[in-house]
Amino acid sequence: MAIFPPTKRVWWNEPVEKSEVLWIFIALIWALVMFFMMPYWHINGSQNLSNEAYRIRPEVFAKRTEEMAAKYKVGEEGDTGVPVVRPPAGSDVYMLGRLWEWWPVLELEKGQSYRLHLSSMDWMHGFSLQPENINLEIHPGYDMVLTVTPTSSGEFSVVCNEFCGIGHHTMVGKIHVVDK
Amino acid sequence: MAQFRTCPDTGFAIDLAADKLIKWNAVTAVVFLLVGGLFGILVALTRWPAVHLLDADLFYLALTAHGLDVLLVWIIFFEMALLYFTSSILLKTRLAAPWLGWVQYTLMLVGALITNVAVLQGESSVMFTSYVPMMAAPHFYLGVILFAVGALMGCVVFFSTLYIAKRDKTYEGSIPLVTFGAMTAAIIAVFTILAGAVILIPTFFWSLGFIGNIDTLMYRVIWWGLGHSSQQINVAAQIACWYAIAAILFGAKPLSEKVSRTAFLFYILFLQLASAHHILVDPGISSEWKIFNTSYALYLAVLGSMLHGLTVPGAVEAALRKKGYNRGLFEWLRKAPWGNPVFAGFALSVVLFGFLGGITGVMMGTEQLNIIIHNTLYVPGHFHGTVVVGTTLAFMAMAYWLVPVLWQKELVFPGLAKWQPYLFGLGMGLASIFMMGAGTLGVPRRHWDISFADAMMVHEFPAAAYMMMGLAGISGVIGGIGGGIFILNMVSTILFGKAKVPAPAAEEAPAAPIGGAATEYGSASTLEVPGTFVLALVFLTAFVLYYFVNWKYLASVWGMS
Repeated sequence: MAIFPPTKRVWWNEPVEKSEVLWIFIALIWALVMFFMMPYWHINGSQNLSNEAYRIRPEVFAKRTEEMAAKYKVGEEGDTGVPVVRPPAGSDVYMLGRLWEWWPVLELEKGQSYRLHLSSMDWMHGFSLQPENINLEIHPGYDMVLTVTPTSSGEFSVVCNEFCGIGHHTMVGKIHVVDK
Repeated sequence: MAQFRTCPDTGFAIDLAADKLIKWNAVTAVVFLLVGGLFGILVALTRWPAVHLLDADLFYLALTAHGLDVLLVWIIFFEMALLYFTSSILLKTRLAAPWLGWVQYTLMLVGALITNVAVLQGESSVMFTSYVPMMAAPHFYLGVILFAVGALMGCVVFFSTLYIAKRDKTYEGSIPLVTFGAMTAAIIAVFTILAGAVILIPTFFWSLGFIGNIDTLMYRVIWWGLGHSSQQINVAAQIACWYAIAAILFGAKPLSEKVSRTAFLFYILFLQLASAHHILVDPGISSEWKIFNTSYALYLAVLGSMLHGLTVPGAVEAALRKKGYNRGLFEWLRKAPWGNPVFAGFALSVVLFGFLGGITGVMMGTEQLNIIIHNTLYVPGHFHGTVVVGTTLAFMAMAYWLVPVLWQKELVFPGLAKWQPYLFGLGMGLASIFMMGAGTLGVPRRHWDISFADAMMVHEFPAAAYMMMGLAGISGVIGGIGGGIFILNMVSTILFGKAKVPAPAAEEAPAAPIGGAATEYGSASTLEVPGTFVLALVFLTAFVLYYFVNWKYLASVWGMS
């Protein structure tokens, strides 16, 4: 009984029953398969996060974002006139999160790659691209860089999914993906 | 001189000081389960789109209180009761330093009350995780710190009791497996609380203005050393309960002491940096570090759980086959006492924890798969599959045995008790499944309004997501009612239960061994467990299929590198 000391004083020498040994073996193999899937996907998969990130002051990140927005602005969206920005393919693209918006709206081309920079101006935010369901944790003071290649076109939303205060549920941004 | 009484049901010699501490910790746990559960029902009723009960500020307040009261306060108070039970009572010894036990109780209670007050004052709706730089009132952190120090004192009492039992030779050979499991939980608890101290004490000083800035990434890395490891305490304690219940109901003996103890040991050795599971999509952390620290190269902690998943039902099967339920693969399972809440709660806990909590936990802890899961409602879906239908249900099952035995009272509502594990387990299990479904469709966690009615820009979630949210709300309320019935039964039994035969008080602990019903057999003569093996293979098949389904889903999203 598991609530009493082992019946035999020397329990560590007792033989293990064969179905238990078999299960240990199967479980270990499965655990190894699951481990190797992660490095395998880094080599052969197309969805991996980069290891590229920089410490950055929020005001510096904001300045870079504003410069990009001023340079490539093609329109406005929403009541407050958030700029819609269409940067060239392959370029550095910035999106910042702050209480409670994602800024600016991006317009990307399907099939093209962009170096996307993400950072927060204040608290933690969650970058949740819908309906793709790509989710990233956005920190203030860190510039997270990843190369994204949209493989579908249409209107995508960036929902905030890290709780960021009373306006959290109003924090939505947009990314448009257009066919070439 | 410690006073003992002899338990008429089990023959256990119960140290009266331990008895009192176990009772107070267990009762306090149940009270906080009630408080936290009520907040949980409010949360469920708000996220159910057709009801949308609370305003935004109250919703975030209720969600913070729900997480703290059930995930932290209920579970850790109950674990303190388990630590005292598995040390003092199972080892037939006096409890070391009962006064320190009361320090534990007082600090934890005062801490829990202070933090609850801070949350209810409305200035600390920062969620259970309290990520910086969002700041709570200073007493929010202070309460959590006091609570943790209290829990640490409980661990000290536990280890000291183990020492006294060994010194006084109150048992022969090694400590029982259940005590070993509890010891695993206590060792992990010490690591966990130290990680908590490293991050929460500076955060407390930051909230007072003595520290200027706390790095957000450092906070998340260290905080999850507290947050994730504490879930490993729960798993270890819950599995100790599984072994205890199998022993109490069926006289079941572990298939192999060696395998079960090694599996517990894996939890200690391979989960201390478990915070990696929570920072898989954070900037500034390398893939190599993430991959290694979530798996330690071969997922030994997952392996540990998979071993318990075989040996716990295997022990029950072996014991029941020994009693003659030997026909076919599953006669032992069909003839099991499904109407006994101790067994029903135990069995549901094993199955639901494995399928709902276990499998999904591995999905989320896989570096790339985390991208399509992180911070969606899938995450609460997962941990309601672990701490609710796993840990909480196992503790409820344990309480159905422990409360009548310790208080020497009959259950007031035995008829309700028969149904309660099914109502709670299936209600919360379905809530967990529907939350995961909604999360797969992208619905965010900790979110007041997925229709974005007040937002400047709007995202439209698919109709299926709204259906999932509705079903999750309904199931959550049903499960909540199941939880309420448990509390009603426990409180009524303690207050108004009909007394069993009163226990005579004994000056000395009786030396005679107890538990004549135990079937004694060593591993060499253990029967084979074909039924359990087939069930384990069903589990593995589900695990493998679901794992690769998720990779297929990941392969369909935008390219990222």
